[in-house]
Amino acid sequence: MKNSPYIPSTDLDQKEMLQTIGAKTFKDLLNDVPKKMLFPALELKEALSEQELVEFFELMANNNFASKSISSFMGGGAYNHYIPSTVKSMIQRGEFLTSYTPYQPEASQGTLQVGFEFQSMIAQLFDMEVCNAGMYDGPTALAEAALMACRIKRNNTVVIHSSIPEKSLEVIKAYSKWQDIELINYDDMSNDESSEYGCLLVQSPNQYGEIEDVEKLADEIHSKNGLIVQHTYPISLGLLKPPGQLSVDIATAEGQPLGVPVSFGGPFIGLLTCKKEYIRQLPGRIIGQTVDKNNKVSYALTLQTREQHIRRESATSNICTSTQLIGLMVAVYLATMGPNGIKSVAETSYHRAHYFASELDKIDDFKLVSKNFFNEFVIETKIDVSKINKVLLKNNIEGGIDISDKDSNKIMFAVTELNSPEIIRKTIDILGEKID
Amino acid sequence: MINKEQTLLMNQSKKGRKAINLPSIGVPETSLPDSKFLRKDIELPEVAQLDLIRYFTNLSSLNYSIDTNFYPLGSCTMKYNPKINEQISAIKGFASSHPNQSDENIQGNLEIMYDLQNELGEITGLPAVSLAPLAGAQGEYAGLLIAREYHNHNNQKNRNIALIPDSAHGTNPASASMAGLDAVTIKTTNEGDIDLEDLKNKVNENVCVLMLTLPSTLGLFEPNILEITKIIHDNGGLVYADGANLNALLGITKFGELGIDICHSNLHKTFSTPHGGGGPGSGPVMVAKFLEKYLPYPHIKKDGGKFIQYKPEFSVGRLNGFYGSFGILVRAYAYIRSLGAEGLREISENAIINANYIQERLKEHYELTSSRRCMHETVLSASKQKEDGVKAIDIAKKLLDEGFHAPTMYFPLIVEEALMIEPTESESKETIDKFITAMIKISELSKTNPDEITNAPLNLPVERLDEAQAARNPVLAWEKK
Ligand SMILES: Cc1ncc(COP(=O)(O)O)c(C=O)c1O
Repeated sequence: MKNSPYIPSTDLDQKEMLQTIGAKTFKDLLNDVPKKMLFPALELKEALSEQELVEFFELMANNNFASKSISSFMGGGAYNHYIPSTVKSMIQRGEFLTSYTPYQPEASQGTLQVGFEFQSMIAQLFDMEVCNAGMYDGPTALAEAALMACRIKRNNTVVIHSSIPEKSLEVIKAYSKWQDIELINYDDMSNDESSEYGCLLVQSPNQYGEIEDVEKLADEIHSKNGLIVQHTYPISLGLLKPPGQLSVDIATAEGQPLGVPVSFGGPFIGLLTCKKEYIRQLPGRIIGQTVDKNNKVSYALTLQTREQHIRRESATSNICTSTQLIGLMVAVYLATMGPNGIKSVAETSYHRAHYFASELDKIDDFKLVSKNFFNEFVIETKIDVSKINKVLLKNNIEGGIDISDKDSNKIMFAVTELNSPEIIRKTIDILGEKID
Repeated sequence: MINKEQTLLMNQSKKGRKAINLPSIGVPETSLPDSKFLRKDIELPEVAQLDLIRYFTNLSSLNYSIDTNFYPLGSCTMKYNPKINEQISAIKGFASSHPNQSDENIQGNLEIMYDLQNELGEITGLPAVSLAPLAGAQGEYAGLLIAREYHNHNNQKNRNIALIPDSAHGTNPASASMAGLDAVTIKTTNEGDIDLEDLKNKVNENVCVLMLTLPSTLGLFEPNILEITKIIHDNGGLVYADGANLNALLGITKFGELGIDICHSNLHKTFSTPHGGGGPGSGPVMVAKFLEKYLPYPHIKKDGGKFIQYKPEFSVGRLNGFYGSFGILVRAYAYIRSLGAEGLREISENAIINANYIQERLKEHYELTSSRRCMHETVLSASKQKEDGVKAIDIAKKLLDEGFHAPTMYFPLIVEEALMIEPTESESKETIDKFITAMIKISELSKTNPDEITNAPLNLPVERLDEAQAARNPVLAWEKK
């Protein structure tokens, strides 16, 4: 008897196969493995039946606050937006879920056409010419965009604007450390006419939710022969001018807000778009339209000579497996929303955030410091932020992010369409009471 | 198979249709930002909900997948992806768990990660584990960063060479480049083993790391592994194992005991998480204890009764926005817990028997690269068939027509007309026998009627594509007619 329901071979099947192979026992197949190192002791936790497995993981999940959360105001790179039933049902289809990278296009038109839809809709949302089939996550997309810009400009100086959050900067450092790339702060950029840079990285809405004047920054770096790379929040593009209308050369984003659960930070999807002239420097997979022998429209992976399996050490990136299934979620999400839906989600998030912020500002001890923000804002307070969050947690509400520095206590809230007007009012009431 | 063309959404779109109702704003409105920041219009499809569902459902039916077809794609370990793991990863307490939440409110997540770190450490014999890497390639990159930082720390900045066998996967040299290492190619023998003479000639005081795939990309266990790791260590270098092929080694042998210092493993292969048509994946990196202090962060440890995240002392840094591919980690841990030590060993045992059975039964029909026993996969060559005008790609396409996904073709690069077959433990003898019958039939057909193979596929939604046109004149997004 086998220990696993995932193995169909019976003892008899095994015996027959070994006979055909001409081996007496399984061990006879392992002659190349050093004898002393064969069949080591393996001390693992005991195996669980399916039912026990569910019980165990339910128990683990209950040790997370999220199991009882009724609403969340937490953002900072991962956002709670409503996930439509269409998205949830389509990702369960095994034909999408359990297929491999579409190296055999004739047997993968489903994955390929969905990928083409994804590229099309992201390009439209960003108003950029081209988009690849997806990167690992937002910060890695931004880091690879910086490397890409340096290759295009043959200039290895990357200028970092203060709008870029610390976590993204850390990823950029890990990606560029051994590549002779110099990272400098925007404030240290020289005013000298003749100085040139590879690129300027800016995030808008920025790390505190405020809208940056990207166009102005674009002009500035273009005058120094560098590219502008904008990292953005894709939902905001339902309301705000997209990168393609801001003179942006390469635009990236964390795609998670478009129909993907926050899931403790992953799996997410990095969005990477650019002007068409730069496609030969794009990392990652790209799906293109073509025809088959009978001239029927069809889809295939394309421009593969950029990639590791062909170009090896000279590839534009080492990325191989990326995030196709998350791309499906994003594609179904955007198709479900349509132009009016995405606009509605953006506007609802905007207005609810501004309402919440202005009401909080009215409370003694709370001061709104953000001005031109989208859906995320900062409140300065005398109260210890952990105390604020504790009070909210008691009411099963997930509070904001503690961004206090040595000068003052600060809390950052994100608001989306998932924070109902009732919850917002309730939260205002709770925070209006004395906290200690 | 449905063979009607699926019209792109933008071409189905009609103003006034929608697929969802959304809540109204519901609070007093604020003025909008300055108009120079505002968008005018957005071009996205407008479709009704049923049309949307039908579109994506019909598209899904154009795919081959593990759930519908035998998928013997070598180096990809297309095993069954248990449904229970999907259900578990969707539990609210995981799926809606926010990554910026503080440690005391995410103890369940941290405990799972801590336990998974330990289980993977025990399975590979490399006890210090980071779950951060988002796929195999990122795991490789993390491993190389660790190797570089280690040498750096020991005042050996000069070590800037990665030795990489010519049979390696493309991500190996690509990752080496990203880590600023010069990729120096090591020859392999006809059987894909490291050429020891070549290795000895190329090893020197500038070698940072040897990147070795074990079992090799030919599906064979490197018989000189102990000698190889000794050569590298004697020269002060580290040994990295690409563990994409770990499905052959569960409970069979441990990397750590073979002298390997660093490895990665693809959870989306050996540990059954679904491949999703090309990700998301997860590629944890496992290292020997002396390298623990270089691991990426956040890393999870246990402190008293609590699980906490921390940054190892000489950490190579942060590889992504948060903790890694958490939803994938949950699935992989559920898989490991559903099997236990004995169950995992059986996985490898059956994967190896199935591959050897295929190799044995096909060796008279296809050229075999080695007469040795294989591990979890076997690499055949279509060189005989090529004499009749039938190439590996033709055989692959004909197999698609017969209802099987194709093996990996033209990899590893050192084998002419390579067909790399990995059946995994998930397949029954009956399924495997049908596949063998189809392979034999194709081999016979190559002598009698090669055109029938070179014209394939004929039974799929599309016939062979003009891939050259796709690259020559790239159409990468919907365009208005
Ligand atoms: C041997 C080998 N190494 C590395 C990789 C890269 O893994 P990933 O695609 O997850 O980046 C793969 C699979 O694609 C592989 O087969």
